[in-house]
Amino acid sequence: MAQDWHLPDRGSVGILMLILTESVLFAMFVVAYIVYSGQSITGPSPKDVLNLPILATICLLSSSLTIVLAENALQKGNLANFKLWWLATIALGLEFLTATAAEWRHLILDENLTITTNLFGTTYYSLVGLHATHVLVGMIFLLIVMLASFLGRNIQRQERRVKFLSWYWHFVDAVWVVVFTVVYVIGR
Amino acid sequence: MASINFPLENAGFRTSEHSLAQILYRWIATTDHKKLGLMYIICMLLFFVVSGLMAVAIRIQLAVPNNHFVSPETFNQLFTMHGTTMVFLVGMPMVAGLGNYLVPLMIGARDMAFPRLNAFGFWAFLFGGVLLYSSYFFGAVPDVGWFGYAPLTSKIFNPGPSTDFWVLGVLVAGFGTIASAINVVATTVSMRCPGMTLRRMPMFVWVMLVDALLILVIFPPLAAAQIMLMLDRLTNSNFFNPAAGGNVLLWQHIFWIFGHPEVYVLIFPIFAIMSEVVPVFSRKPIFGKPAMVAAIAVIFFIGVGVWAHHMFTVGLSALSNTFFATATMLVGIPTGIKIFNWAATMYGGKIRYATPMLFACGFLLQFLVAGLTGIMLATAPFDWQLHHTYFVVGHFHFTLIGGLVFGLFAGIYYWFPKATGKMCSEFIGRLHFWIFLVGFNVTFIPMHFAGFLGMPRRVYTYLPGHGLETWNLISTWGVAIQIVGILLFVVNIIWGLWKGEKAGDDPWDAWTLEWAASSPPPEYNFEKIPVVRSGRPLWDLKHPTDPDWKFE
Amino acid sequence: MFNPLTTPAKVEFNMGMLEFAITGAIFAVVAGLLIYTMIRFRRRPNDESGTEPPQIYGSNQIEAAWTVIPILIVFVIAGVSARSVWGVEDASPPANALHVSVVGHQFWWEVHYPGYNFVTANEIHVPVSHNRERATYFELKSSDVIHSLWIPELGGKTDLIPNRVNHMWMDPSEAGIFWGSCTEFCGVQHANMLLQVVVQEPADFDQWAAAQQQPQPVPTEISAGQKRFQAAACFACHTVRGTRFNGKLGPDLTHLMSRRQLGSGVLANTPANLQAWIVDPQQAKPGCRMPASKLSGQNLEELVAYLETLK
Repeated sequence: MAQDWHLPDRGSVGILMLILTESVLFAMFVVAYIVYSGQSITGPSPKDVLNLPILATICLLSSSLTIVLAENALQKGNLANFKLWWLATIALGLEFLTATAAEWRHLILDENLTITTNLFGTTYYSLVGLHATHVLVGMIFLLIVMLASFLGRNIQRQERRVKFLSWYWHFVDAVWVVVFTVVYVIGR
Repeated sequence: MASINFPLENAGFRTSEHSLAQILYRWIATTDHKKLGLMYIICMLLFFVVSGLMAVAIRIQLAVPNNHFVSPETFNQLFTMHGTTMVFLVGMPMVAGLGNYLVPLMIGARDMAFPRLNAFGFWAFLFGGVLLYSSYFFGAVPDVGWFGYAPLTSKIFNPGPSTDFWVLGVLVAGFGTIASAINVVATTVSMRCPGMTLRRMPMFVWVMLVDALLILVIFPPLAAAQIMLMLDRLTNSNFFNPAAGGNVLLWQHIFWIFGHPEVYVLIFPIFAIMSEVVPVFSRKPIFGKPAMVAAIAVIFFIGVGVWAHHMFTVGLSALSNTFFATATMLVGIPTGIKIFNWAATMYGGKIRYATPMLFACGFLLQFLVAGLTGIMLATAPFDWQLHHTYFVVGHFHFTLIGGLVFGLFAGIYYWFPKATGKMCSEFIGRLHFWIFLVGFNVTFIPMHFAGFLGMPRRVYTYLPGHGLETWNLISTWGVAIQIVGILLFVVNIIWGLWKGEKAGDDPWDAWTLEWAASSPPPEYNFEKIPVVRSGRPLWDLKHPTDPDWKFE
Repeated sequence: MFNPLTTPAKVEFNMGMLEFAITGAIFAVVAGLLIYTMIRFRRRPNDESGTEPPQIYGSNQIEAAWTVIPILIVFVIAGVSARSVWGVEDASPPANALHVSVVGHQFWWEVHYPGYNFVTANEIHVPVSHNRERATYFELKSSDVIHSLWIPELGGKTDLIPNRVNHMWMDPSEAGIFWGSCTEFCGVQHANMLLQVVVQEPADFDQWAAAQQQPQPVPTEISAGQKRFQAAACFACHTVRGTRFNGKLGPDLTHLMSRRQLGSGVLANTPANLQAWIVDPQQAKPGCRMPASKLSGQNLEELVAYLETLK
């Protein structure tokens, strides 16, 4: 009987619980954004200053695709392809972060919109900033994996952990879909 | 499933062969769930004493009107730190400590799913607590109440760093709590010993699982509110800034979305203790285990939807108030069902009134009272009179002390022999129970009357000549009696460690897996991972002609 | 709250009585059963058998029974509660209602009578209202943090929240003087943010309101005390209608002597108390927003004498 005893992998439960709890955190900032939509007394409003971040979104969402390709390559033992697609994922994530930084630079310097300006500024920077922070943390772990594989460590033995990291990455992308819809589509 | 008695050395306790440095290192660097569990409990008890002393100061100030025992500023700091400490530095580590110590033992595992995360959780909690208390060294002690309403917490009305200490201390400790909760879920899902299906999991583990899931859902709102407040205070953002159109009620909504279910987070482990202690000392299995598990799940789901019963007076619509009032009354039903099931467990049993069972009985009666005063508060119209009065203070101390602390004492006396290998004194335990019972009721029953007579909460003094003096004085005298009770508890623990009888593996003749390990358990818990066939594996061993698995 | 004198207070009182009855009955039954069980099923001291009692795992019928009955009880209470909530919250003001607007401050109450065009502080007068013919409707606002207005005999409490207007109403059936307090922690002197509500027969109320409407009479020459009021910069915070003193930060002092209390309920309004308050309000209310004047001797006497003329 003991031989037939199979329980879910604890790492998968752990990462799923992390995703659950982070989802609720994001939900709170989305709710704040929605509640304060259109309530600003002064200052620039979303439709005055926001442009659809199309390229950044395409990059981030494609990075979900490239990370899946990387995982498949790893499963098949094709380390060269794994490294290629993993690098692509990192590059796409990096593009997203630089695009966000550029957008913020424009908003602060040209449009005079800061977190202090009005309710829109407060809820916009906190929500997009929270998401960007999560992308950044994901990037750090992606880089660690990349470094490990380039330094010749046996990444295949860590297939489980690479899979969990990719789940986190998909989560971060899914959150972006929500943020994009709420801030750039509905909110404008 | 024979177990071998291991000498104390192997459990990490001091012997002549180990230096102090080695022992300290073993505890500071540990990832063993039992050591971390004990560390949580010890820190929790220390914070309990500190916070209790604050309550003593509060009661001395309120013993007579216009007293000058402490200044108004100090008083406001006292009730803020008292509440914050009790919820976050006593209640939460209790959840983590009990869960981390007992869950692996009860499911036949060697440790939690993520031992290093476990250690992180403990040190984050301790660091958060130290951060909060360091506010004393900086002369910036928080004074906004444990639920710090905006805009009183804004930089305008609270310019110094005291509120920052409050937010950051609790936030950091909260990260530890979330880490602990992830660990409990992963452990109960993935680390059960062969044969232990979810149905056969002890009630205690079920409850800790639901508790962990609840934490994962409600601590993010707390973190969100705290991040928003910090952004307002540090960067002048506008989350709670009325001048920019901000809605100060947003804080209340988000905080209470955390704050109300938090009380279930705190009490669930006590329910879990009750579901272990009451059956063992009644000599019967828990009555209606599926109903008990369902009740916990129902409380979870309804409990996250009742938060605005803390906001009946802010001017929400009649529809909102009615919704939240109804939902709050509904959540009382599964709670009541649990009390009925514990009573039914005792009914027809052969009850042994050892110290754990005395405290369990105290819990049952006092938690019943607390639940009923809660129903009175749930009805919005009557709440409009009772809200923010001493009636509420009486109500929640009945749930927290009459319920939580009494249940916790039941658990501590129950598992003390397992953790230390020694028995406490039944005589001192009995004295502790009766004296603390009297002291607790003498302090907190009068508070309901003070509330009826119009005494608001969070006041450092009150108008003489309105009938409040008598009740306040009686409440304060009760504190003296409670102190005696707590001292007896401390004496009993010391006596148990020093002179207590050897406990053996299973001093209470219980039925769950932790009683199969030695007392205290060795670092690896079980020599061989057990295989179980029912919810009460030791019952099956002791009663081979009448095992549980034939009836489950 | 057990001496309800308004319709809302009576609704709340009745709700409370129903609650007492139901929770009292539940307590009697459940606690009774618990105590009975605790006593009846103790292990007998002479029980050496070592046998365990019958191992009962549960009973679906019993679970159903003690689930359904509480649901029915909740149904009843929730229904009564809903009706009460709507009755109190959704009452719109009749045409002849008296309107009063209260603004909460740290740590005092600003009271406006828009229909009469005057402002007072810390003492609210309302007329007796038989059969709701002259109910008083309150608008509640805050200038700083959240406060809450509660006069137990006259009804439940409602919060005063910045950037929000809340509403409350009362139709007191008896004259009298009733103490109220702030019931939302608002800072260091929350405990002393008290107030009095004076319920008067309609004729007395009209007389009071007419008197309050009058500005302070203008004397033929400025008194020494009035000069002192200026010199000590009292006008920076306080208004006295009929003079040039127009400060808006503190309570309006017009007709100060018509009030029973000083400092929002901290001291009775006597000359000695007024003097002590002016010298240093921090003695009676440490942390309140009024600074010590440190006046003494003749200056102090003149100022107090002036204030004593504000009847």
